[in-house]
Amino acid sequence: MDPIKIEGTPKTPTVNFDAESGVLEVKGRSIPENAVEFYKPLVDWIGNYGDNAKSDTVVNIQLEYFNTSSSKCILDVFKKLESVNGKTTITIHWHYEEDDEDMLEAGEDYQAIINIPFKMIEMEEM
Amino acid sequence: MKSKIISDFVAGFSDSELLMNFHGEVNEERIGIILGEVEQKLESTEEDFKKQRKVYNILVEGLQNLYHHTDAMAEEDTVENKTATFVLGRKDSQYSVFTANYIEVDNIPPLKAKLDKINSLDKEGLRSYYKEVLDNGQYSVHGGGGLVMIDIARKSGNKLECDFSEVNDDFGLYILKIKV
Repeated sequence: MDPIKIEGTPKTPTVNFDAESGVLEVKGRSIPENAVEFYKPLVDWIGNYGDNAKSDTVVNIQLEYFNTSSSKCILDVFKKLESVNGKTTITIHWHYEEDDEDMLEAGEDYQAIINIPFKMIEMEEM
Repeated sequence: MKSKIISDFVAGFSDSELLMNFHGEVNEERIGIILGEVEQKLESTEEDFKKQRKVYNILVEGLQNLYHHTDAMAEEDTVENKTATFVLGRKDSQYSVFTANYIEVDNIPPLKAKLDKINSLDKEGLRSYYKEVLDNGQYSVHGGGGLVMIDIARKSGNKLECDFSEVNDDFGLYILKIKV
């Protein structure tokens, strides 16, 4: 299945979803005025990935900022992952910059809602 | 949009303390420009990284909220159509964000109720409320679905100050002050 490769912009993140390696990455900042438009293809891709998945899947989320328009969309991405978890064993790696408590809390908020193991990874610099 | 509250707020800052003073139509392009300018100023003047992030986050939400929720005044009021005010000032280490926009009178009571609820909650209460709204399955057209004010209150760590004044029978002016 074709990977998703999207270059980041000042308002949207870099996305690399690769079914061959089983690594799904979202990096940068996500502050578009309309996040639904941006995230829908990612959610659809994950739906198809379920039938072509590697035995293990790592999801790397490494966001500097995201707006509330993105928050529900990110939850949709995680819920879609939850629906294919079982066909592949998923781990979500939630990266946050040292001292960025808001970003750590945001990860913990998703962790409380989503039934997939989260690993919180503190980084010196994003 | 002439209001004593706005001019008083702006007058409270010297030129060097005023980081942004915008009045006009908020559109995607302008949001991009304002955010770029303010981010540069924050990066060069604010040493506290956490604060830099918090202020930037609140700016994104505040501006995008103006973009999505400024109710367009009736057509004969074209000059004031969809205009909003956005001010960012800093005194010592405290930032103040000020937004003003028109709002249809019918939209005032539900917004007021929501702001009252947010202001009645402590840090953990806000966090639970955020999670509840995040996972309620409801979406607004642009995706935010009711999280903006809760997120701003969480990031700010202070109570939100708001003021509603009457413009005419159909519209009011909604003023929001946020301290970071």
